[in-house]
Amino acid sequence: MKRVITRKLFVNVYGLRVQKKTFCNDAAAKLSSSKSGQCSKEPEEKQGSTTDVHQYDVAIVGGGMVGMALACSLANSPLTKQLSVAIIDSNPALGSRDWIKKEEPPDARVSTVTPATISLFKDVGAWQYVQQHRHAYFDKMQVWDYTGLGYTRYNARDANKEVLGCVVENKVLHNSLLSCMEDTDFQKTIYPSRLTSMTLHSSSSSTRVDSTSGPEFSTRGSVAKLELSNGNSLYAKLVVGADGAKSRVRELAGFSTTGWSYSQNAVICTVEHMIENHCAWQRFLPAGPIALLPMGDRFSNIVWTMSPKDSSDFKSMNEDDFVKAVNHALDYGYGPHPQSSLLGTGDIFSWLRADVTLSANERFEVPPKVVKLVSERMVFPLSLRHANDYASKRVVLIGDAAHTVHPLAGQGVNLGFGDAYALSRVIAEGIAVGTDIGEVSLLKKFEAERKPANIMMMAVLDGFQKAYSVDFGPLNILRAAAFHGAQYFSPLKRSIISYASGDQRLPLFS
Amino acid sequence: MHVPNTSIGRHLSQLVPPTLVIVKILKWTHHALDQYAKMYLEGKQIDEAERVRGSYKKAILASCIYCSLSTKIRLYIAVENILSSTKFKKNKCHVWDAEGPFKPLHVMNPTRLAFIRSTLCRHFRKDPHCARPFEGLKIVDVGCGGGILSEPLARMGATVTGIDAVEKNIKIARVHAELDPLTSTIEYCCTTAEKLVEEERQFDAVIALEVIEHVADPSEFCKSLAALTISNGATVISTINRSMRAYATAIIAAEYLLHWLPKGTHQWSSFLTPEELVLILQRASINVQEMAGFVYNPLTGRWALSDDISPYDG
Repeated sequence: MKRVITRKLFVNVYGLRVQKKTFCNDAAAKLSSSKSGQCSKEPEEKQGSTTDVHQYDVAIVGGGMVGMALACSLANSPLTKQLSVAIIDSNPALGSRDWIKKEEPPDARVSTVTPATISLFKDVGAWQYVQQHRHAYFDKMQVWDYTGLGYTRYNARDANKEVLGCVVENKVLHNSLLSCMEDTDFQKTIYPSRLTSMTLHSSSSSTRVDSTSGPEFSTRGSVAKLELSNGNSLYAKLVVGADGAKSRVRELAGFSTTGWSYSQNAVICTVEHMIENHCAWQRFLPAGPIALLPMGDRFSNIVWTMSPKDSSDFKSMNEDDFVKAVNHALDYGYGPHPQSSLLGTGDIFSWLRADVTLSANERFEVPPKVVKLVSERMVFPLSLRHANDYASKRVVLIGDAAHTVHPLAGQGVNLGFGDAYALSRVIAEGIAVGTDIGEVSLLKKFEAERKPANIMMMAVLDGFQKAYSVDFGPLNILRAAAFHGAQYFSPLKRSIISYASGDQRLPLFS
Repeated sequence: MHVPNTSIGRHLSQLVPPTLVIVKILKWTHHALDQYAKMYLEGKQIDEAERVRGSYKKAILASCIYCSLSTKIRLYIAVENILSSTKFKKNKCHVWDAEGPFKPLHVMNPTRLAFIRSTLCRHFRKDPHCARPFEGLKIVDVGCGGGILSEPLARMGATVTGIDAVEKNIKIARVHAELDPLTSTIEYCCTTAEKLVEEERQFDAVIALEVIEHVADPSEFCKSLAALTISNGATVISTINRSMRAYATAIIAAEYLLHWLPKGTHQWSSFLTPEELVLILQRASINVQEMAGFVYNPLTGRWALSDDISPYDG
């Protein structure tokens, strides 16, 4: 019971949903379906590629947002910019620089980046490219649930910030990281294929002499050998697994995982309103939360978590019905509106202290009506997964490969970006003292830095997910009490905002 | 604690601080118990000379047995010592195994490399933010052991020569250095600093970490190091301070309690205090520019640089 109560205190973190499916998984699926017609080309490729086997310092398997963030931050640090990096990803968008047209409707896959991530992007110089495309800062947020017993409004000014976060499309983030890397003369090679196998050479050395006029291969002592699906192989001192939730690197390296799948799917799409929307909205319904995030230009992104059966119904129903269902869910569906300011206007402690949070005085608002569906609807299954170790000899996991979370607070990709920058910092520290970057002791330093923070966030998010999936009278009242507590008790609200923005490491007492 | 009340004991107690006596007696009793337990377990026949020594130790032992609880602890330490020393003989402790018995050395390495990097970059006016700041420098690692220091120096761009008096260490170092193309350029020789001076080799930087406490004549050793360094080159030396704290940590804790080092690795009398080391170096015409203390924090398990180099703390 105590645990439930302590979880209740964290009840109103961000109602932000994140859609951070990396490019890898979708593109790989598309590519495999299109490759069936190209079988005849493959043997030719194989012949040409087995004679020279390159050695790289770092091989990043997975060129999604988190893998690119690692490459970009390695490129921008003086100690690591001379490393040779291979990026293995079968996504064709990596090779060609297709410019994002401004008139295009927004893609449904977006992510919410927290202020901490924004400052990391600014450090490597990638944020200027994000600002050239569509992006939407938001500084207000409202979270409530279907019981109508309570609501919480957050304002960035409560915690003396300018913004609570920024909603950016995944492809814009990806492109900006690529552009930032193109600016520097970083040696990176992109291998457009998938990883099939990986071996870690033991310490016994072996000399191979190439009988054709090629150079003599020096001893390949302790390096990792990667074999790709198009027949290429390469050697690397450090293999970074940034290949998403169904990570191949994690599987090949034998990392065990803990986790369970939530019996929920997320339906995401982009919608349009009549008026501009600058606030993020999240309503917890009995089956799961529905979130509405502003994307700029009167567009918003919807992430609706629901049971798998409902998700297939909602995906296949026609557009008008879907828009009606969305409006119903955001408005009067499933329960009444919460009353504004239960105990009269103002912070109940306003007579005790001078600092009143701005949002404690705000009334409950109804989210703007959805007018039109602008993109197709996509459905993704949700689960929680955590690798028990992030690092072993010559292999390290970052991003979704190491931890997968529920999108209810928009934290998934932000944890991944935090991992990428922490790893690049640890690699720079290792190079400063001449360590071999694949050494376990160095990689364990990275793990010791990121694992506690990731586990804490995962525990908080999992707690919320469980707390909101039960419809039980006393629990509803507790949740309502928690809403009120977060709304009116300013220190709690400030610490929730700071934790969710990535500024503090522990939810409370920091 | 029951000090034997003979005339010798009284003289000794006047000449040496009492703490040192107690510590020495603890060492003897521990050794005696060790021997006895070993003999008991192995059932060996005792040599005549051993028997004489054994009876002397028995006297000390008898006087100590009257101490109450600490006896049980010492017996436990002795038995545990034997068990672990047999374990050591079974798995050949490999110097490059970062989790093995040389773990403290691996943990210490990044901190001392950070010190070397900052001081050498300052001395030779190199850019500390470059990934290979020692490019173009010739460095010799005296007493390189398995090459734990030489390999990172080579990765930082230096042309490294590693020397050690023990042939086995050189073999291990060569095999391990071959694994990485960056470190396969290290030149390992089984020789001493004096022999290198005879060959008239000169280096930009001479590094001798944890060597001078094992050398018979420290001042001659420092003169050889000075001869190996070019004028306006750099010499880096590290050693254990001759202080009570060093005795408690480096000898009792490291050798007897935690078994980080084999017993008898260090002799407390051959440690040098910072003042003595500075004098020896100045006589060898090496101008001392920087000194730093190097302390271990048992709570975090990490080494750190500090200003603490006084000989009298304990």
